[in-house]
Amino acid sequence: MAWFRRSKESIDSATKKKDVPDGLWLKCESCSEIIHRTVLEQQFFTCPKCNLHFRIGSKEYFSILLDEGTFKESDAKMRSKDLLGFVDTKPYKSRIKDMIAKSGLNDAVRTGVGKMNGIEIGIAVMDFSFIGGSMGSVVGEKIARITQKARKSKIPLIIVSASGGARMMEGAFSLMQLAKTNARLAQLSDAGLPFISVITDPTTGGVTASFSMMGDINIAEPGALIGFAGPRVIRQTIGKDLPPGFQRSEFQLEHGFVDLVIHRKDLKDNITKLLRMMYQCK
Amino acid sequence: MPKVILDFEKPIYEIEQKVEEMKKLGQSIDLTDEIKTLESKLDLMKKDIYKNLSRWQRVQMARHPERPYTLDYIQMITRDFIELHGDRNFRDDKAIVGGFAMLDDEPVMIIGTQKGRDTKQNLYRNFGMPNPEGYRKALRLMKLAAKFKRPVITMLDTPGAYPGLEAEERGQAEAISRNIFEMSHLPTPILVSIIGEGASGGALGIGVGDRVLMMENCWFTVIAPESCSSILWRSWEHKEKAAEALKLTAPDLLQQGIIDRIIPEPLGGAHRNPEEAATILKAVLLEEIKKLKKIPTDKLIEKRIEKYANMGDWEE
Repeated sequence: MAWFRRSKESIDSATKKKDVPDGLWLKCESCSEIIHRTVLEQQFFTCPKCNLHFRIGSKEYFSILLDEGTFKESDAKMRSKDLLGFVDTKPYKSRIKDMIAKSGLNDAVRTGVGKMNGIEIGIAVMDFSFIGGSMGSVVGEKIARITQKARKSKIPLIIVSASGGARMMEGAFSLMQLAKTNARLAQLSDAGLPFISVITDPTTGGVTASFSMMGDINIAEPGALIGFAGPRVIRQTIGKDLPPGFQRSEFQLEHGFVDLVIHRKDLKDNITKLLRMMYQCK
Repeated sequence: MPKVILDFEKPIYEIEQKVEEMKKLGQSIDLTDEIKTLESKLDLMKKDIYKNLSRWQRVQMARHPERPYTLDYIQMITRDFIELHGDRNFRDDKAIVGGFAMLDDEPVMIIGTQKGRDTKQNLYRNFGMPNPEGYRKALRLMKLAAKFKRPVITMLDTPGAYPGLEAEERGQAEAISRNIFEMSHLPTPILVSIIGEGASGGALGIGVGDRVLMMENCWFTVIAPESCSSILWRSWEHKEKAAEALKLTAPDLLQQGIIDRIIPEPLGGAHRNPEEAATILKAVLLEEIKKLKKIPTDKLIEKRIEKYANMGDWEE
């Protein structure tokens, strides 16, 4: 028998990434199950063994939530301009340029109208892969516009959030997007239209401190990190380790900040049912 | 003379001290001319230093421990202030104060974040970092003001919302978001005044209004320069660079269309002459209230929402 033995079951990588990687066989970050890509897709990008919800982007959510071929995108070409001329270790301008080339997206949210089980809705879905899903002028403006559109067309609004918070490189402009999006949502609410917020992993900072918490109904996916301050900052502030499950969806349900925690495969049908009971849908 | 002197202010205080000494000496020998030259030199130096502050130096001015805080201004500019307490749900947050007061003949609701002067007071005020119940108290008071058609004045001076465990349990994000949502269509005039630090969502939680006024030596942006430095440069050392990049001073924000007006401060900052600072602030507040009261409520709300809807910078 060997005198050396691996102390852990598997080697942890320093940074855990839950984005769906390319390749035919994928490994679940949580239970190490090896899953075939087609199986994963059939399971709505969740692990068939442990239920881990993989991080997915706007493209996947549109196909999960909307009826096939009904999505009409708005403001697809909108891009950030860098009025501040922000430079940190890299100029913001080239950061944006590289990101666009790498991701094929123009910013961290895509918006439009579509049908959900036949119901016409306005929809916005964030992409965490684009600079951490951070909200700058483009995210704020696109969300504000689709909210306007929902109000004018008298259709319900659904926003799927995934974001690290406000985008620092746009300074006060990005902070003001909290006010811009919430102001438009207030108008939508005053017009008696429903807004359902779907919160996915992770959603923190300026996005939780604005539209993602303002749903008439807030729905979270299981196990998502949802909070205002990030766990690292809180740990530094209080000088203690955080309890297990802290700031996860189930914690938010327990503390009364989300109405429901729903498996991704059930999102579409549950939202449809709610919308039909809340509003005379088109 | 202030007890705390910032690095870049040292040359000023050295000369001020010299003038004092000469004035004492002047009782026995005639030094009038020398004192005069020195005083005019001092005047030029002050103007030169204070009119050319770097962005980081402005941040330091905004944090000066002798700067007037919300309750100081309330005491100097209003009468009959009656502080109201509690959010009716959990408890009274000491980091946010508020209540009815008379601003000349104008009954107003005045709400602001409150820092402490010493360690004991700072622990009591949680260093001016509100918890969710603070934002909920502020919202309760704003709705109270709206009920009786009284204007709301808010004063922002906070290093941010408190990033604590209990704050998360009680929904810090929801509390801030709710306030921003409700303030955007509150049916009464709202005047926001930034009197010190305006850090991110923690400040915006009481910072949405018809007119956003900012005192000369304050900062207001999405993140504190130190935190920005630690995230983007992975070290706390680049705070000066971060402050420059964030363009967070009053002139910057006026240019960006984020604030509506700069309130001038006495030379050397509000702490050098709090009464004068308060007098200027009061005159501006009264002038702005007079203008806002003339606008019908539905028009006021519409204008407020459109103002925020136009903020940002994008291309299509």
